[in-house]
Amino acid sequence: MTYMTASATHPDRPVLSGRVKAALVLFILFALMPPLASALNDPFYVLIGTRILAYAIAAMALDLILGYGAMVSFGHAAYLGFGAYAVAILQSYGVNDLILQILFAVAISAIFAVVTGAISLRTRGVYFIMITLAFGQMAFFFFISFSAYGGDDGVALAQRSTVLGMDLLGTDYGLYYVSLALLIALFALCHRIVGSRFGRVLTGIRENPTRIEAIGFSPFRYQLIAFVISGCITAIAGVVLANQAQFVSPAFMSWHKSGELIVMVVLGGVGNLAGPIAGAVAALLLEEWLDALSEHWKLYFGIFLVLMVLFSPHGITGLLKKMGIVRGQQ
Amino acid sequence: MTSLTVTNLCKSFGALKVTDDVSLSVEPGELHAIIGPNGAGKTTLISQLSGQLHCDSGSVAIGDRDISRLTMPERVKLGLARSFQITSVLPGFTALENVALAVQAREGSSFRFFGKVADEARLNEAAMTALSEAGLDRRAHVLARSLSHGEHRRLELAIALATQPKILLLDEPLAGVGGGDAEGFVANLQKLKGRFTIVLIEHDMDAVFALADRVSVLVYGSIIATGTPEAVRNDPEVRAAYLGEEEELV
Ligand SMILES: Nc1ncnc2c1ncn2[C@@H]1O[C@H](COP(=O)(O)OP(=O)(O)O)[C@@H](O)[C@H]1O
Ligand SMILES: [Mg+2]
Repeated sequence: MTYMTASATHPDRPVLSGRVKAALVLFILFALMPPLASALNDPFYVLIGTRILAYAIAAMALDLILGYGAMVSFGHAAYLGFGAYAVAILQSYGVNDLILQILFAVAISAIFAVVTGAISLRTRGVYFIMITLAFGQMAFFFFISFSAYGGDDGVALAQRSTVLGMDLLGTDYGLYYVSLALLIALFALCHRIVGSRFGRVLTGIRENPTRIEAIGFSPFRYQLIAFVISGCITAIAGVVLANQAQFVSPAFMSWHKSGELIVMVVLGGVGNLAGPIAGAVAALLLEEWLDALSEHWKLYFGIFLVLMVLFSPHGITGLLKKMGIVRGQQ
Repeated sequence: MTSLTVTNLCKSFGALKVTDDVSLSVEPGELHAIIGPNGAGKTTLISQLSGQLHCDSGSVAIGDRDISRLTMPERVKLGLARSFQITSVLPGFTALENVALAVQAREGSSFRFFGKVADEARLNEAAMTALSEAGLDRRAHVLARSLSHGEHRRLELAIALATQPKILLLDEPLAGVGGGDAEGFVANLQKLKGRFTIVLIEHDMDAVFALADRVSVLVYGSIIATGTPEAVRNDPEVRAAYLGEEEELV
């Protein structure tokens, strides 16, 4: 016992530092992007960049349950929608404050996630995917018929949100950097959660649920809490997205978007938080540049990836590791 | 330390009666071995005691408390821990993390979302103690998936110990452990004897006769004999059941 210190570092596993380093590199690149874009005289990239940041938040949130909890939610775009509609709804009542909008978005999402998560978690594997998809579609059709906010046409937003009365998001640059600050803060939050007592139980359930029960944990409540946290963070991405587009519609929450989120997570590498951020960058830049190809190509690619996650989680991660995209943990 | 009482336990898989009216009483602090040929239903019995499987009828009690309807996590909280015949650990965790999580399960809240669990000295120290008792402390920082088979068996034991059980259910802890390694392991088990009520399933007869206070023999789901190792060894029915199969027993 004497040869180890109480604060246990893991010689064969430089776990956290790798994840944080990768994220720091990404954050620095994100911070440098706007000045570069304006130097290249292409400020349009700042708006695209904001969209990427929003999806990066959502993909990271999805990774919290997909990568760490082995819960493949195919309905996560619903939370993007809740976030976006929280902005539209509060704005129609004259409430423009970003913080209040985020709180509202998180509240709706928490309720939806508790109810649908509690039901979905009674199933496993493919059935979990199907039922989360079904709940996502339920939310989608609810907003399609929500005529007060434009039904399936959606609704344009009169202005961007303010922060404590300040017009921080007024310029595209302001919006971009506030979004980046949100991404960094939420990464820090997820990073803490993953490394906490709770995170260890969650990861343990992914590793071997029978063992987790055999040492005295009931997996359900841990999975449900992770599911709710993930949904709430995704809703914050939706708030950003509404401000970026200055427009809100049910298209934000279609099942294609849920599929894209999974693609981003798997593309970037599951279970390390930084990977999905890179995955969001890759997927959205690909979408910008390969728009012509996208619709069909992406659908089949998405289904392929879902099957891979289900039947060969190590297969795709292992593949990415070999290609040097994901660092060597898990 | 508590007693474990099994009364008229039955379990069938379809037409196959795997547990056939098993009654068993294990005294506080006793090391009770269960032996029997492959397929006799030993693992299935342990699974019903631990709550992983539910029995068709009969009851299981810890002390005076009937636990037949409790889930596996609930039984663990009452001090019932099992190890698995087929290693079932968290492969992506280090040995220390595997055990520290069991410590965490037993003490304090797991609804803590911010503190860094890897730095929690209390968890790590208790985990190291359990690893030492299982003889695995030198390999604490190795990922479970990189451990050898023998080390996996020790990790199974360490995890069970870390839940601070009153009753230990050990399903063939020595399965596949060879020669000198097995001797060391038996010595580790010997040290645990008397501190816990232990149900030990084991194929290694040397280990069984060295460790057990009493032995029960399970054949085709029924207990055909219970007694001291000496009595069981000389029991004619046991000799008949084992004849030709494991002659080294007699
Ligand atoms: N889940 C199950 N479904 C059907 N049959 C099973 C199941 N588990 C075990 N069995 C059967 O029950 C019998 C006893 O198995 P087991 O308890 O593993 O025996 P032991 O541990 O004594 O070798 C075997 O014939 C086995 O094939
Ligand atoms: Mg067995």
